[in-house]
Amino acid sequence: MNTMNLTLKIWRQPNTAAKGELKTYSISGINDHMSFLEMMDVLNENLQKKGEDPVVFDHDCREGICGACSLVINGRPHGPQQTTTCQLHMRSFKDGDTIYIEPWRAKAFPVIKDLMVNRSAFDRIQHAGGYVSVNTGSAQDANAIPIGKEIADEAFNSATCIGCGACVAACKNASAMLFVSAKISQLAMLPQGQAERNRRAEGMVAQMDQEGFGACTNTGACEAECPKQISISNIARMNREYLGAKLSSNAV
Amino acid sequence: MSWITNTLTSTLGRKLSMSLTGLFLVSFLIVHLSGNFLLYKGDGGEAFNLYSNFMSTNGLIRVLEIGLLLGFGIHIWTASILTRMNSAARPIGYAVQKTHEKVSWFSRNMGLSGSIVLFFLIVHLINFWFPYHYQEMPMVDIEGKPYKDMYGLVARIFHDEWWYSVLYLIALLLLGFHLQHGFASAFRTLGLDHKKYNSIIEGIGNIISIILPLGFATMPVYFWFFHTV
Repeated sequence: MNTMNLTLKIWRQPNTAAKGELKTYSISGINDHMSFLEMMDVLNENLQKKGEDPVVFDHDCREGICGACSLVINGRPHGPQQTTTCQLHMRSFKDGDTIYIEPWRAKAFPVIKDLMVNRSAFDRIQHAGGYVSVNTGSAQDANAIPIGKEIADEAFNSATCIGCGACVAACKNASAMLFVSAKISQLAMLPQGQAERNRRAEGMVAQMDQEGFGACTNTGACEAECPKQISISNIARMNREYLGAKLSSNAV
Repeated sequence: MSWITNTLTSTLGRKLSMSLTGLFLVSFLIVHLSGNFLLYKGDGGEAFNLYSNFMSTNGLIRVLEIGLLLGFGIHIWTASILTRMNSAARPIGYAVQKTHEKVSWFSRNMGLSGSIVLFFLIVHLINFWFPYHYQEMPMVDIEGKPYKDMYGLVARIFHDEWWYSVLYLIALLLLGFHLQHGFASAFRTLGLDHKKYNSIIEGIGNIISIILPLGFATMPVYFWFFHTV
């Protein structure tokens, strides 16, 4: 076990309307087995002891599956490893490092406080069609609906998106297309998703635009940073789904 | 009509416009380069002058020229709208931003490479297209009929105006990078993504991004070094 002393440059912003700034903190005796969020916990304990306002950041499961944690660490969403911030460990850093910690930056993700942003834009996009609204009844017998293994796997890969927003944070255009395309794809590939396929693609893309996310330049930054390795093939699929829906749906 | 305008003004619709006009402009580059190779025929510019005359007088070509103008117009106009939308999507930037090593610099700066190519395009039109159509040109006789000496103009500009040749080469280099990302990106935007064909499309994109600029680049070099006016 190694311990390290670090300089942290953290974005502090009291509320959405306030103007934020980077503030510098020194922290010492950090165990390299700690997760990044545990390091933040130590910082907050220190701040509380001193009677200062602790740094607000999102976190929940701390197991890399819920999508709550965020943070742009040294210019990369979820930091230097392709994983969630909660699964990032301090062994990825060296003693004496300066670490910049900033919130996801997007007009559609306003800062609530410090490093916590409001990601309800993603919820509203989901509400615009990212579901199957038929009453499915009780669970089907296995293999009652035959689905090819490859298709099931592909749909599952798309469904592993945890909606953390790292794709938006990584994209130079703050585009949400990796997220939206994964959510469209996971249902477009399966029989259960067919009934509302057109309505879903049209509705979700329209909501995405309304939220003020940018467009896609196909740079591939999103898939390179996605902690769940969602592929940009989903974006191409979304383009197909959307154009197909626009050309064939009855929505005039 | 509302669904059409609605589609075309969505982010995906605007990307579709970029993609289709971009691919159309690539087809123009191929035709333009093929025609320009007549400069090398070694007949004192006869074939090139006849070709220039055909391109500027043939009715069908003139109609296609309007299509080409629209292609450029839509590509540039849509790019400027998207650029504004994209920068508005992130009003506050990062203090530190580290781009992933898999992401190429040129894919992130298509607007910059495109703008420099556009600047070149305007200079290019002022140098060649404008005088050919609207100014007095020296004439040459080909089989007893007078033709505007476009070949002479090309030879003179590439030979005498070194700054123009330098700008030409810089713009071509940037055009190459623009095409290298843009070609494959256009197919993705159209939704054409398949394990079997992705590498083929990227391969073709890489080839045209080298062949087209290289083909054009031979022209100033040829007139600079190997041709006396």
